[in-house]
Amino acid sequence: MQDLLRRYGPGLTGLISLLVAFWLVMLVIVPNITLFEQSFRPYLPVTEVGGPRDIYSFNNYLKVFDGDVTKTFFGHEYRIPVHVLTFSLTIWYSILVTITCFAIAYPLAFYLAKVVSPKSLPTLFLLLFVPLWVSEVLRAFAWWIILALKGPLNALLLFIGAIDKPVRWIVDYDAVMVGLVYTYVLFMLFPIYNAISSLDTNQIEAADDLGAPWWKIHLRIVMPHAKPGIASGSVMVFMLSAGSLLVPSILGSTTSQWFTQTIDQWFKDALDWNTASAYAFLLLILCTVFVSFAMWVFKVKLSDIAK
Amino acid sequence: MSAGIDLENVCCDFGSFRAVDTANVSIQPGEFFSFLGPSGCGKTTILRMISGFIDPTEGQIRIGGKDMKGQRPNQRPTALIFQNLALFPLMPIWENITFGLEVRGVDKVTRRAKAEELLRLVDLPGAGDKMVSQLSGGQKQRVAIARALAVEPAVMLLDEPLSALDLKLRQHMRAELRAIQKRTGVTFIYITHDQGEALAMSDRVGVMSQGRIQQIADPRDIYNNPVNGFVASFVGENNIFEGKAAAPSEGLAGFETAHGTFRARLAPDAVGKAVKLYVRPEHTVLTAKAGKENSVPVTITEVSFEGAFITVHGIGDSGKTITAEIRNDGSATVPDVGAKLHASFDAARASLLPDANVRA
Repeated sequence: MQDLLRRYGPGLTGLISLLVAFWLVMLVIVPNITLFEQSFRPYLPVTEVGGPRDIYSFNNYLKVFDGDVTKTFFGHEYRIPVHVLTFSLTIWYSILVTITCFAIAYPLAFYLAKVVSPKSLPTLFLLLFVPLWVSEVLRAFAWWIILALKGPLNALLLFIGAIDKPVRWIVDYDAVMVGLVYTYVLFMLFPIYNAISSLDTNQIEAADDLGAPWWKIHLRIVMPHAKPGIASGSVMVFMLSAGSLLVPSILGSTTSQWFTQTIDQWFKDALDWNTASAYAFLLLILCTVFVSFAMWVFKVKLSDIAK
Repeated sequence: MSAGIDLENVCCDFGSFRAVDTANVSIQPGEFFSFLGPSGCGKTTILRMISGFIDPTEGQIRIGGKDMKGQRPNQRPTALIFQNLALFPLMPIWENITFGLEVRGVDKVTRRAKAEELLRLVDLPGAGDKMVSQLSGGQKQRVAIARALAVEPAVMLLDEPLSALDLKLRQHMRAELRAIQKRTGVTFIYITHDQGEALAMSDRVGVMSQGRIQQIADPRDIYNNPVNGFVASFVGENNIFEGKAAAPSEGLAGFETAHGTFRARLAPDAVGKAVKLYVRPEHTVLTAKAGKENSVPVTITEVSFEGAFITVHGIGDSGKTITAEIRNDGSATVPDVGAKLHASFDAARASLLPDANVRA
């Protein structure tokens, strides 16, 4: 603070501090606290707000256990609350998106960090960034067009003879997966790229010289070194996927439902902001718990991710 | 166990730059061979070609008589010790040492035992569970040696591994390396720009400049009988005179310079080439009276005390600076600054040498 004052003078320092404080308090903390408080109160007609029925309870949170549906799992029939199912599927497919992003990003990051000549690096980065210049909505719609039954992908596959009749790509969660991977793969790429870049190439050569095959070099030398990058990339992709609303709304099929869509429906269709808030915090808390658990399993420390 | 290495007409180009030019050398099994040269002379390129990280543009590399063409680094019977050691910081010491065995599928109990055995060999018993960051520079050095020895290589390649250590430790590790080499009998190929290191440790030294091997000989020959001016000046100090050589008789030739006429050794293959006269400071004697030949009158300008010897700088009447070294054993009187003396040298101790062998 002293440093800022000396460098920019009291006027500019005061202005910057005020703007940051406004952003933090008015745009982040206050709205969140308001929603958090609302999430414990029932959804009541305006006249009854603040009345005797307006008391704090966990009822909004417990609504996820309402309304069972019957499902079969390997021939075994079971009943599950529909929102719990949606939540589980959201987590499951977010994990799949994270794994797919890792499978794509790791080899690419290694190639960019250790194989490619530094001269062509700016060009390659530009190619990776160009899709980001287009809005997320347009990119999701682009995939919707590409994957459509009479879309270009089917046309191409029919043309080269890989399939005899058009395939329906937008079924279940398939197109959602494609869209999420495409949208968030760079969030996995850059942390891993940074981590691998900092690895001394001599270590790879030393392992090679000692007789290690390529996969062993990756498993024992490169991946352990890149672990903080892999961890922060995975946390980011997982959280963004689980919290994404746009991609599942555009690329979802009749049988897909993302938990964020459920929250959205509470807000906009049911106009029940209280339950919507409860669901939103439920998603946030459970995802945080899940990520903490995953970090514990893979022995990743929070300080590693902060690097 | 140990293997010889033959380089036959080995060249290496990086684009239009020739890093190594027609290298021919035959290294014996169990030999301690050093490549000595300034940075950028191509010595590291030779090492990387032997270990398999770079392919030679031309020529053949044989290890134990077997052509290494197309063999990956992990298929060659060599172990490389990197300049920065490249130990694995995320593994404990014992896993570092036995990494080469781990990738060969050796079980953990055997590896653990082998690690202890190697740690004893490099004088670090019981350090197996420490991490790399807990070791000192000299200890890391030993771990790197142990890691390379673990895969029982026929050839050890060392890329200036002592350059990061301080002077005392470096001298200690020289002796240590030499002892380990004698104990294991493995062929050592050592890369350095430090002439003291190369001369002290090696059976033979190859001096390199601008991609070419200038001379291959044992350390004494390199120092006493350099084949050209580059070798003479890279290995040790010299007083150098420029001039014109006359025809030699019995290996000695007259040499006309601006500072007088001298006589010095002239090798048969240097006859007819442009040569300069090189004489070592420790072979330059300072006397009150002029010698009968090879004598220059000088005025002493600086006397610096170095401990074991004393370096005396003088300037000749014709403007030539001359350096002489006097052993600090009381056998010679140390001159004062400003004294007028005569610097002279024995014709058999001075050489007429051509410049370095480089590409035209």
